[in-house]
Amino acid sequence: MPDTRKKLLELDHVRVQFGKKRRPFVAVKDVSFDIYQGETFGLVGESGSGKTTIGRAIIRANPVAAGEIRFDGRRISGKLSAQEDRQVTRDIQMIFQDPMSSLNERAKVGYIVAEGLYAPGHHLTEDQRREKVAKALSDVGLLPEFASRFPHEFSGGQRQRIGIARALIMEPRFIVADEPISALDMSIRAQVLNLLSALQKERGLTYLFIAHDLSVVRFICDRIAVIHKGDIVELAESEQLFAHPLHPYTRALLSAIPQPDPIAERSKKLLVYDPACHDYTQDKPVWCEIEPGHFVLGNQKELDGYRESLAKAH
Amino acid sequence: MEKNDSVLLSIQDLNFKFTLRGQVLHAIRGISLDVYKGESLAIVGESGSGKSVLVKTLMGLNDQNGYIESGKILYNGQDLATFTTDKQWQAIRGREIAMVLQDPMTSLNPLKTIGWQIKEALELHQNLHGAAADAAVCELLAEVGIPDPQRRAKQYPHEFSGGMRQRVVIAIAMACRPKILICDEPTTALDVTIQAQILGLIKQMQKKYDLTTIYITHDLGVVANVADRIAVMYAGDIVEVGSCAEVFYDPRHPYTWALLSSLPQLGVKGEPLYSIEGTPPNLFHEVRGDAFAPRNPQALKIDFVKRPPMFAVSPTHSARTWLLDPRAPKVEPPEHIRVLREKGRALKLTGEGTANA
Ligand SMILES: Nc1ncnc2c1ncn2[C@@H]1O[C@H](COP(=O)(O)OP(=O)(O)OP(=O)(O)O)[C@@H](O)[C@H]1O
Ligand SMILES: Nc1ncnc2c1ncn2[C@@H]1O[C@H](COP(=O)(O)OP(=O)(O)OP(=O)(O)O)[C@@H](O)[C@H]1O
Ligand SMILES: [Mg+2]
Ligand SMILES: [Mg+2]
Repeated sequence: MPDTRKKLLELDHVRVQFGKKRRPFVAVKDVSFDIYQGETFGLVGESGSGKTTIGRAIIRANPVAAGEIRFDGRRISGKLSAQEDRQVTRDIQMIFQDPMSSLNERAKVGYIVAEGLYAPGHHLTEDQRREKVAKALSDVGLLPEFASRFPHEFSGGQRQRIGIARALIMEPRFIVADEPISALDMSIRAQVLNLLSALQKERGLTYLFIAHDLSVVRFICDRIAVIHKGDIVELAESEQLFAHPLHPYTRALLSAIPQPDPIAERSKKLLVYDPACHDYTQDKPVWCEIEPGHFVLGNQKELDGYRESLAKAH
Repeated sequence: MEKNDSVLLSIQDLNFKFTLRGQVLHAIRGISLDVYKGESLAIVGESGSGKSVLVKTLMGLNDQNGYIESGKILYNGQDLATFTTDKQWQAIRGREIAMVLQDPMTSLNPLKTIGWQIKEALELHQNLHGAAADAAVCELLAEVGIPDPQRRAKQYPHEFSGGMRQRVVIAIAMACRPKILICDEPTTALDVTIQAQILGLIKQMQKKYDLTTIYITHDLGVVANVADRIAVMYAGDIVEVGSCAEVFYDPRHPYTWALLSSLPQLGVKGEPLYSIEGTPPNLFHEVRGDAFAPRNPQALKIDFVKRPPMFAVSPTHSARTWLLDPRAPKVEPPEHIRVLREKGRALKLTGEGTANA
């Protein structure tokens, strides 16, 4: 079924590493997944597991050490011509994770939001630009007059929305949204999620959505990939993942979701994930499509167990 | 819940303003709030409503362009609102009131080892030096759940994961033996498994050291987990305050209703989530009436004219809304709130006249 859909972004055995060539630290080991045109693809997992690193590799801010990233069928990792580079920068925008440190402190908000529009290839008058800034700010629930203020004069959530306005104003085709709503209150969170969905419907936007709030991810994402220490351990359609999580890390993660109800929250049972539960000395793990559209990392023995539990559940 | 009734800190009719290029922003608009010894208080509310500014006034940490216009902050027989010098604040910061922020990197020095940073706090606040301080460093690291503390103490912040850094920040805070620990979004940047561990750790510290904790968070799941009491903020004001059960199962202010109705858990995939129309008021202009009225479809006429007082719902629960005035017409809360209310009544957590939770 998914085969009829168009792949917009493809990650093909991508590895990203930091530090010295001789003793590199591999942050992303060997990651492959496809994101279809018009879908919202969720990436969840431990802090430090490589989510932001993947996002930055997609916008070409982190070089790829092995493998390849393709956008619209064309390679965008590695060396590109200036022309191609400009096109990618325009088509793919990232909403950065940390609203406290990702904004230029010395620039006014109006400039920060409009910055991308000053790049070559845009021909706008000052008035047109100002109008676009005002529109982008009000889209994310901020007052247009905020354009003349500096970032430090805003609360955490207000700064996060400045970061969102800055990405939206470029009218990209693909957005890497790295924790775009973590600093927002529930209501503005709902407003921003509604905005992202509306833009998706209107303009056919595609998102890679990175977040720690799994209730939000479940609501907004079509498919979800779970990453642990640089490896994707499970990938499935959202409801499938929540209904039948297989990998023990996924199960631990879902068990820890905070419940906004004191009684449910205080009686929830936490599962703990111990990586030592895998015995991969002989029987090596493989990435396996265990049922249509549902992938999991495991060795033969584990996969047999997963199949059994799925059979029981259906 | 180990709450007893002695007031540890009392904020009284506090007004805080910022001046910005000739304009004045009224960030805290007459807030009164008591903090009880040993309790765990959660402050939730709109982004930009003044949660961070409010807790920063307790430590004198607001930006230079901000000032207390009026009001009192009573703590230990002193009025913190009258403090003017850093020297006065030194006696409070860390020692009496400590803070854990969302991003642990902003509280850690990237150029110093973790051990050095904890030791500095121990020397300053507990007068420990040399080998005794080294031993205490390892003890603290072990206490906050960092394995192999001897080796870890020699490492730098960038060698720690986000969750471990947050543990270190808590260790440093605890080294000062504060009475009040303020956590401003302590776990927003962490995944839910680590988040659960950090909340567990803070609770454990709270018990062990008889701490009073103030949490600021947008995650109502975290609030449900940790809070004895909840204060809800909107536009520089506390609009509702009550026990955890009272605010979750019997909320009274329309803003609280809207907040609890916006949860993604209540959403239907493919359809918009409930969200509040419009934008919060511009605090550069003085607010008239109930600040939430322009966004409240059920607002009363008086909401646009006169600021409501705090009405008591129970001895522990009050809200600033004209809906609680005996003369007000009956306004039904949204459906989800009615469901919550029934749940609370069925479980006898809330209800007519019962205040205990
Ligand atoms: N520029 C860099 N130099 C060295 N190491 C880095 C760099 N950027 C990231 N890392 C390391 O790569 C790993 C993955 O980091 P990344 O920021 O991608 O995690 P994440 O999944 O986004 O975590 P979080 O949920 O906390 O944001 C971490 O161990 C991090 O310390
Ligand atoms: N230095 C400053 N100068 C001017 N205004 C400021 C300054 N710092 C904060 N403000 C304003 O004060 C108000 C309250 O900010 P505060 O940071 O307390 O919000 P918050 O409730 O913590 O929000 P969030 O949930 O987004 O962190 C906001 O309108 C903000 O723009
Ligand atoms: Mg990240
Ligand atoms: Mg804040």
